[in-house]
Amino acid sequence: MKKPAEFYQRDRRWHPPALTPDYKTSVARSPQFALISLENSPSEITGPVFGHGDIDPTDNDLVYNYAQGDQCAIGERIILHGRVVDENGNGVPATLVEIWQANAGGRYRHKKDTYLAPIDPNFGGCGRTLTDEDGYYYFRTVKPGAYPWRNWINSWRPAHIHLSIFGSGFAQRLITQCYFEGDPLIGQCAIVKSIPDPDARKQLIALMDLNATVPLDAIAYRFDIVLRGRRSTLFENRLEGN
Amino acid sequence: MQKLNYLKETPSQTAGPYVHIGLAPGAAGFDAYDRELGQDIAGPHAKGERIRVEGVVIDGTGSPIKDVLLETWQANAQGVFAHPEDGRPVEDGFRGWGRVITDFDTGEWGFETVKPGPSRARNGKIAAPHISLWIVARGINIGLNTRLYFEDEAEANKQDDVLNLIEWERRRTTLIARRSLRDGMPVYRFDIQLQGENETVFFDI
Repeated sequence: MKKPAEFYQRDRRWHPPALTPDYKTSVARSPQFALISLENSPSEITGPVFGHGDIDPTDNDLVYNYAQGDQCAIGERIILHGRVVDENGNGVPATLVEIWQANAGGRYRHKKDTYLAPIDPNFGGCGRTLTDEDGYYYFRTVKPGAYPWRNWINSWRPAHIHLSIFGSGFAQRLITQCYFEGDPLIGQCAIVKSIPDPDARKQLIALMDLNATVPLDAIAYRFDIVLRGRRSTLFENRLEGN
Repeated sequence: MQKLNYLKETPSQTAGPYVHIGLAPGAAGFDAYDRELGQDIAGPHAKGERIRVEGVVIDGTGSPIKDVLLETWQANAQGVFAHPEDGRPVEDGFRGWGRVITDFDTGEWGFETVKPGPSRARNGKIAAPHISLWIVARGINIGLNTRLYFEDEAEANKQDDVLNLIEWERRRTTLIARRSLRDGMPVYRFDIQLQGENETVFFDI
């Protein structure tokens, strides 16, 4: 009988390395010894399980989830949607997707952000949802603005949304960022370029999805997410050692 | 020629300095959700020893990292993971997963849980009690995985396949949390060094 076994090993050449000197903060925060490679054990193939009791159905609507009364967030209304699948192409159901972002002016609602663009009183900037049985997810939000950051003195982040995804095992845990098709800042960004392979960078660029837009309401962007896939045991089953 | 149609994993990007907005908005300075996730690791009914774990994550300059976020994953005191693939029940309310942020002024972090029991390892062996940690922050391009083991489990630690995989014995000690008592409660100290001769062992899991 086939049973799910270990996750495929992570392709570390596809991900950014720890040390990327053009992204200056990585210099003192990057381990210098080689990672020790572990075969998966139950500690890695298991991970937290979330349910609809953990979140509210409206948590995925950033246009309204922090708005006062009948007001709403300011900015270009967008839908961010897609599927969470694994490397085998199978949907990852009921997994938690959390997002956070700056407002339309490029300002975060965070006590440590001092950028001169104003806070939007009706925008918090965080959302969360569970994928459905096919791995599908969607958020409504406003398109975040670009903003300056202290790397070089004239460094600007392209518009982006941060995403945190769980999967079914702790080994699949992932945080990434989604960028938007056509943004000229993408090619200038030291954080984007921490990813060495240009094809891997392209995997983080959401495409405008006219078919999924809500006419007269919100433009859609499609962003599919791939988590690590798993082997099936064919002949042996030694992972749990029964 | 045929094609193998495997997809590529989405590349990681740093969690950035404002990770709290998404994962712990209360710390960012606002209440967006009725319930923040990861605040209660063990729940009220978990059996076993109640413990506190504390530490600081230190960068290559020797300074505490004040904007780091950690996630924890562990078995309960019987060594059972709250996950369908473990197949065994856990106490009502035991999740085994936590989300930990630092004091923005000092970089100190801490969480309370129950001490995990020995759990299943590979090949029918037993893993010494441990807590898996995942560390993200500005400047960390892909989350760092490590494990916390317990000073007072010296015999089990000696038998642990993961600890023994670390060729350099002196590096194994970077994964051992030091135990003390505070007001009768066991407190384990676990400082994490990102660089230097005492760099914590990080795993590619």
